[in-house]
Amino acid sequence: MRYLPLTPDDRRAMLARIGAPDVDALFRDVPKSALTSLSTFDLPDTQGELEVERHMSKLAAKNIAAGAAPFFCGAGAYKHHVPSAVDHLIQRSEFLTSYTPYQPEIAQGTLQYLFEFQTQVALLTGMEVANASLYDGSTATAEAVLMAQRVTKRGKAILSGGLHPHYAETVETVAGLFGPMQRTAVMPGSAEDIIALIDEDTSCVVVQSPDVFGLIRNLRPIADAAHAKGALLIAVVTEIVSLGLLEPPGAQGADIVAAEGQSIGNGLNFGGPYVGLFATREKFLRQMPGRLCGETVDVEGRRGYVLTLSTREQHIRREKATSNICTNSGLCCLAFTIHLSLLGEEGLTRLARINHAKAVALAAKLASLPGVEVLPNAFFNEFTVKLPKPAAPIVEALAASGVIAGVPVSRLLPHDASVQNLLIVAATETNTDDDFDALTAALKGAI
Amino acid sequence: MSEVRYTDQHEWIRLEGEEATVGITKYAAESLGDVVFVELPASGKAVTAGGEAAVVESVKAASDIYAPAGGTVTSANSALEKEPSKVNEDPEGEGWFFKLKLSDKSEFAKLMDKDAYAKFVDSL
Amino acid sequence: MSMNNQGRPTGAGDPNRRRPIAPGTVTPEELDTISGDRGLDHEEALIFELDHGAVGVDLPDMEVGDDRLGGMRRTARIGLPGLSEPEVIRHYVRLSRKNYAIDSGLYPLGSCTMKHNPRLNEKMARLPGFGDLHPLAPASTTQGALELISQLMNWLTTLTGMPAVAMSPKAGAHGELCGLLAIRAAIAARGEDRKRVLVPESAHGTNPATAAFAGFTVDEVPAKPNGHVDAEALKAKLGPDVAAIMLTNPNTCGLFEGEIIDIAKAVHEAGAYFYCDGANFNAIAGKVRPGDLGIDAMHINLHKTFSTPHGGGGPGAGPVVLSARLAAYAPIPLLVADGKGLRLIEDMAAAPDGAKPFGRMCAFHGQMGMFSRALTYMLSHGRDGVRQASEDAVLSANYILASLKDVMSAPFGEGPCMHEALFDDSFLEGTGVTTLDFAKAMIDEGYHPMTMYFPLVVHGAMLIEPTESESKESLDRFIHVLHTLAEEALAKNVARFAGAPHLAPRRRLDETAAARKPVLRWKPDTLKQAAE
Repeated sequence: MRYLPLTPDDRRAMLARIGAPDVDALFRDVPKSALTSLSTFDLPDTQGELEVERHMSKLAAKNIAAGAAPFFCGAGAYKHHVPSAVDHLIQRSEFLTSYTPYQPEIAQGTLQYLFEFQTQVALLTGMEVANASLYDGSTATAEAVLMAQRVTKRGKAILSGGLHPHYAETVETVAGLFGPMQRTAVMPGSAEDIIALIDEDTSCVVVQSPDVFGLIRNLRPIADAAHAKGALLIAVVTEIVSLGLLEPPGAQGADIVAAEGQSIGNGLNFGGPYVGLFATREKFLRQMPGRLCGETVDVEGRRGYVLTLSTREQHIRREKATSNICTNSGLCCLAFTIHLSLLGEEGLTRLARINHAKAVALAAKLASLPGVEVLPNAFFNEFTVKLPKPAAPIVEALAASGVIAGVPVSRLLPHDASVQNLLIVAATETNTDDDFDALTAALKGAI
Repeated sequence: MSEVRYTDQHEWIRLEGEEATVGITKYAAESLGDVVFVELPASGKAVTAGGEAAVVESVKAASDIYAPAGGTVTSANSALEKEPSKVNEDPEGEGWFFKLKLSDKSEFAKLMDKDAYAKFVDSL
Repeated sequence: MSMNNQGRPTGAGDPNRRRPIAPGTVTPEELDTISGDRGLDHEEALIFELDHGAVGVDLPDMEVGDDRLGGMRRTARIGLPGLSEPEVIRHYVRLSRKNYAIDSGLYPLGSCTMKHNPRLNEKMARLPGFGDLHPLAPASTTQGALELISQLMNWLTTLTGMPAVAMSPKAGAHGELCGLLAIRAAIAARGEDRKRVLVPESAHGTNPATAAFAGFTVDEVPAKPNGHVDAEALKAKLGPDVAAIMLTNPNTCGLFEGEIIDIAKAVHEAGAYFYCDGANFNAIAGKVRPGDLGIDAMHINLHKTFSTPHGGGGPGAGPVVLSARLAAYAPIPLLVADGKGLRLIEDMAAAPDGAKPFGRMCAFHGQMGMFSRALTYMLSHGRDGVRQASEDAVLSANYILASLKDVMSAPFGEGPCMHEALFDDSFLEGTGVTTLDFAKAMIDEGYHPMTMYFPLVVHGAMLIEPTESESKESLDRFIHVLHTLAEEALAKNVARFAGAPHLAPRRRLDETAAARKPVLRWKPDTLKQAAE
């Protein structure tokens, strides 16, 4: 088998040195009743590259890739153009196949890019310090709530109705063990009065901006109200490119930023792997979950980097750790860092402007259709449209005719009758005018 | 006039009148390695003999510090926040952790004296 | 004939004269380069220090005329550096060359399973039909992806002999949390309140951390002197307040827990659940089915047993196989087949009859990028290849144990080990060399150190897991180096150990300073001055 270097002669020689008659003798501690034979497993045998490729390609061909049709899905994952250099660089052996940098002397490549990543995240979010990534935006949000519960020693959390429902469910599943999670009513297109709900039992308020319906929120008044009651503001961002154009959460008083970095450097990948960004104030540093990379020097005085403040983590603190997390998003962080290095200040600003301009143009076209209303007055690159009929069947019908029209809100909120006719539509730099015409014409026909 | 006693968890406690000062011994500081961070109790916190009172962190480990005797914390050594290295440099002097008003002096009297502690360390 | 004047000497010269010691010449150690770089070893600054306002992408500049940003437009600069594409590529290529990797050398890391990462996996994951697919696209456009997940689920349940699997956890520790939350839900459904979880003292730190994270208190079970969990002590701790035990099998000492079926029986009789940490599945995949051992839940590290690349720390994936007792509590989303094809149930209330999902572990459906790689690995190996890989992994670890136990101390070395061999530092006593020094000296020899100081149940642990990906030549070379290093330590030739590594891109780094005064980001000079 092409991945197994040992030959039968090798195995014989090795068994001889060990002094075992056969390899099964090495499994002598396994209870007899648990021993199997190959026929126990109803699975195919070894296949060559050719056959495996054929099998996998057949599966891939049954899907319609985002790039193969006019495409408008957002709602937490976004299609952007990733420059070719990114994928090429992350496939270098020394990045792709290296281990966690626990031996810093031979992992300076990984450690230096993590230091760059942490700096980039802090700069983008306007916060003082960032970690070396969590799994994704949703688990980062859950970790943020848990951290707020620890810091304030209070259990209750208020989750804005504009928070992505998957994120809210994740937070409820994990942080809900330690205090009540209160979700406010959903009002697509306008902000709820979350300030009125903050009290002395509140550990944190979680607000997403732009929210899942596309609405851009002003966080400053919410931050002030939270702080007045001793609570923290957790700002959530699912479309990180928006920070190329919008005021960062750190400048609006956020205490913790939990974000999804997928839009930069990482493809859609049917939901994962993504990259969770986590940033906070310096004073909360020791309560932060996840890996941290710090600068130091070696014995010859040369600058170098190491994982640091590990005593927060599971392998040392065990049951008193700030989190149980072990892996970070490694290669996805690297992709983010490389893409952002290629973009730079000027590139990210232009990218954000293009995204917003495209969305504004599309919104105007759709708003001109009879019976169609564009809901948020302020949005970045995605918005919610109210159709005169239920959105989910329309999306299915349009998919059958080769247009992937967006995400019906009912997919995220199946029990809310008031959202049946709502559709979340995203437009990025990858959309063309032809795409817009195709969507407009298809929707016109469907409604 | 002050008296120092020791626990088998390598804490020392020095009683001066009503107030006791608590820290870790030279042996403990050496075993820990470089101290990088100390988590100190807040003033007013009630502690019991043998209960967790503070945490000391080195690069690779975090160790709980137990109160040698029960009482109320009156102050903590905030100098350790900026200079945790004091714990390594002078563990039985400037590297003290917190001060305690004892609730029961007899708990203090039960602890090992200097000679008994030295013998204990030798046996390890 | 015409004379060719271009000839120049191409031989390497007299080998005895390769190190010139004649006056006027210089040895490599003496040479101070002007650049600060040394041959192919380039020092590399931070991307922020290389900033000169260039740009690495060409995008048109669009004026945002109709400003629908709600007055929230950014007014300040972000402060990101600007470089062109050639500069960015050179920067990251130079960084990469400071890393050790499995592609370049053996990683003897116990519990990490650093096996070969097949390149076909990378190609398959990047097929546009997988890579360019949105998680919320209509199911009719993603049937192939759902089928891939379904096939992977079949491989995982078949190899483990378990009826169900939850696919969404994003890493092993995440899978542990998923398993414990399912157990918590099952107990609550019975109307009981059990708060204690039993964890061996040899367990990986994620086990007690996860148990605490899930709201349980942790009760440690001791190990016996022979490295196995103390089954009697464990059974004695069972009671009506115990929710679960968390065992690793094979355990972290590299031994198969022979009493596991007995333990499982006692656990179930006490009304508790059996969580198995699947980090060491590489020893038994295709040979032993955890389902036959009585476990209720086990996470599988796709980035360990199933070769998805470690990527310098991630991403991982940790699907959790579940017994019939726990299957009902698997989190959303659930993959179901109906008349029209495959679809995901993403709504708790719409779960099929009997399913009582405890909640959601994360947005969307899991690490599809790792699923495509893992399925490619499984199809390539087949059931016979998976079984052979486990046998070779165990064989290689035993080969190393047998070859080194005459000089290194193996606390459980009488009997065979599984896929990893455990040594401790008793053989170093009196030499002045610690486990740390020994490990760092391996770096100078061109090897990544083995897992050190884990498990905690032996002193100065050294845990070696070669995996099935090493040739016999590679193993022999490794054994020779370690054997000689051990001999050197025993002979008290400590020079090479003290202050190792000497030859890596960086020597030992000051981790104390990094923790005392954390510097976690680059700051422009203006910010730095303001801080001082």
